[in-house]
Amino acid sequence: MSLRQQFVALSTLVRREYYRVLRIWGQTILPPVINMALYFIIFGNLIGQRIGQMDGFDYKQYIAPGLIMMAVITNAYGNVVSSFFSSKINRHLEEMLVAPMANATIVLGHMAGGIVRGVAVGLAVTVVALLFTPLPFVHPLITVSVFLLCASIFSLGGLINGIMARNFDDVSIIPSFVLQPLTYLGGVFYSISLLPELAQQVSRLNPILYVVNAFRYGILGVSDVPIATAYLMMVLSVAALFGTCVLMLNRGYRIRE
Amino acid sequence: MHALSVRNLTKVYANGVRALDGIDLEVETGDFFALLGPNGAGKTSLIGIVTSLVTKTGGEVRVFGHSLDRELNAVKNAIGVVPQELNVNLWDKVSNIVVNQAGFYGLTRTRALARAEVCLRQLQLWDRRNDTARTLSGGMKRRLMIARALVHEPRLLILDEPTAGVDIEIRRSMWQFLRDLNAGGTSIILTTHYLEEAENLCRHVAIIDRGRVIERGPMATVLTKLTEEVFLLTPREPVLALPAVPGFDVRLNGPLELEAALPRSRSANELFAALSAAGVEITSLRNKANRLEELFLNLTERKSPAPGLKGPQAVSR
Repeated sequence: MSLRQQFVALSTLVRREYYRVLRIWGQTILPPVINMALYFIIFGNLIGQRIGQMDGFDYKQYIAPGLIMMAVITNAYGNVVSSFFSSKINRHLEEMLVAPMANATIVLGHMAGGIVRGVAVGLAVTVVALLFTPLPFVHPLITVSVFLLCASIFSLGGLINGIMARNFDDVSIIPSFVLQPLTYLGGVFYSISLLPELAQQVSRLNPILYVVNAFRYGILGVSDVPIATAYLMMVLSVAALFGTCVLMLNRGYRIRE
Repeated sequence: MHALSVRNLTKVYANGVRALDGIDLEVETGDFFALLGPNGAGKTSLIGIVTSLVTKTGGEVRVFGHSLDRELNAVKNAIGVVPQELNVNLWDKVSNIVVNQAGFYGLTRTRALARAEVCLRQLQLWDRRNDTARTLSGGMKRRLMIARALVHEPRLLILDEPTAGVDIEIRRSMWQFLRDLNAGGTSIILTTHYLEEAENLCRHVAIIDRGRVIERGPMATVLTKLTEEVFLLTPREPVLALPAVPGFDVRLNGPLELEAALPRSRSANELFAALSAAGVEITSLRNKANRLEELFLNLTERKSPAPGLKGPQAVSR
C-alpha cells in the first residue's frame, strides 16, 4: 500500500471518528459543558470567593486552565477507549485488520479521533469558562501546542486501554481509579507550592501536573513547573505511547488470536 | 496459479486446542470451492489465518502466489472476506460501512463512493443506503457484509457460512449472485454446513474434520463416497405392522412414518415399487439427516452425527 493510499485510509478513519463524535454529541460534547458550568458555579463563584487569590489571580481564573485540561484529558481518553473497545468487542475492528492499513495508520487515526473530540470539547468548555472569567491567553502558541499534546497523550493512553481491555470493567477502571485521582491531584484546583515539601515532590511524579501547568502558563503566564521540562515530558510521552500502541498492534496483543 | 495454497498449516490456541493439524489445500484460480465440516472442524481457524485475523502456529499460506509471511499487503488486497458472525457497526449507516471499508483499502473518496454504489445496487441494498445497519433484516445484514467484502474488487472471496439462518428465498438469490460473481472471474471459497449448498455452487470440495482434510476433490467424485441415504417416508394409510420389503432395510417408526435406507446402487423407484408391492403407498419423503451428515458419517465411519451438522431441512434445487 503506497503512502498516498495510507493517507486515504487515515483520512477515512479520521472522518469516521469525526462523524461518530458529532453523531453522539449528546454524550460527547454536552456533558463536559454542563460539568464545566457546574465547576465554575460551585468552585468559582460559591467557594472561590472565600479562597481569594492564587498566584496573583482570581481563583476562578486560576482554575480555568486546569478545568479545560481536565475536560480535554477525560474526553480524549474516553473517546478513543470507547471507540476502539466497542469496535473490538463488536468485531468491526476486523474491517481495518483485514485491510492493508499499516498499524501506525490505525494508531494515528484513533489518536486523531481523540484529538477531534478533545478540541471540540476544549473549545466548548473554554467558551463556558469565558462566560465566568476573562482569560488573557498570554502565550497563544504554547496554549495551542499544549492543548494538542495533551489530547494526543491521553488519546494514546485511551488506545492502550482499549487494546488491553477484555471487558467493560477494564474500560472503566483506569479512568475511575487512575486518571481521575491523578487529574484532581495534578494541580487543577491549587498550586503545589501550597503543599508541604514531600507532597510537592510526590506531585512532581504526576504527569498531569506538567500538562495542567504548561497550559496554565500558556493562558495565565504562571506555572509550578519549568515549561521546558513540561514540554519534554509531553513530547516523550507521545513518542513512548505511540510506539507502545504500534508495538501492541504489530504483535496482535489481545486482538489477533 | 493457485488462488490459495496452504501447506502443512497448523494452529494451536493458547488453551492447547489444536484447531488445524497440518492442513494441505489448493484452490485453483477461478474455482468455486467448498470447505465442509462440522463445528470445531477448523474451517473458521483456516479462514482466520488466511485473512490474517488469526496467527498461525506453523506452515505456509500463499494467495495468488503471494506469501502471507512476506507479502501480507498483497495477500490482503487480493482477499474479500464475509465472516460467519456479524461484524458491522450496527449504529453506522449502510453506505458509510461500505465506503469506509473501501477507504481502508486505499480507494479515494470518489472511487469509494462509486464502488459502494455498484456493490450496494448488486446486493439490492441501494434503497437502504441511508439507514443504520441495525434496522436491516438478518438477510440484508449478510448482503451488506458481502457488499463490504467486494468493494475493493478482490480476486478471492471467502464466505464463512454466508447463508446460515437465512430463509430459502434469500439463500437462492445469494446463490445466483455468487454464481454470477464466479462467472465474472472471482475465485470463491465457501464454508457451509449444507452439502446441498455446496453441490449447487461448487466445483471442488474439501472436507475437514478435527483439523485435518479427510477428503478433497471434484464435487462429483467426493459425492460418490455417499454410499447410502436414509429417508423418512409418509404412508397414505397408517401402517400398524410392517410388511416384508424384499431387498431394502425398512423400519417402522410409527403408524405414519417409515424409515428406509437406500443404497447408492439402488434407485428410489425400486424402493417405491417394493413398498407398493408390499401394499404401502407413499405420499412424501425427506432425508432423515442432511446429506453432508451422511457423507461425513460415511467418511469417518462415526456411529453418531458430528456436532453442528444441520438436521433435515427443506433445501430445494
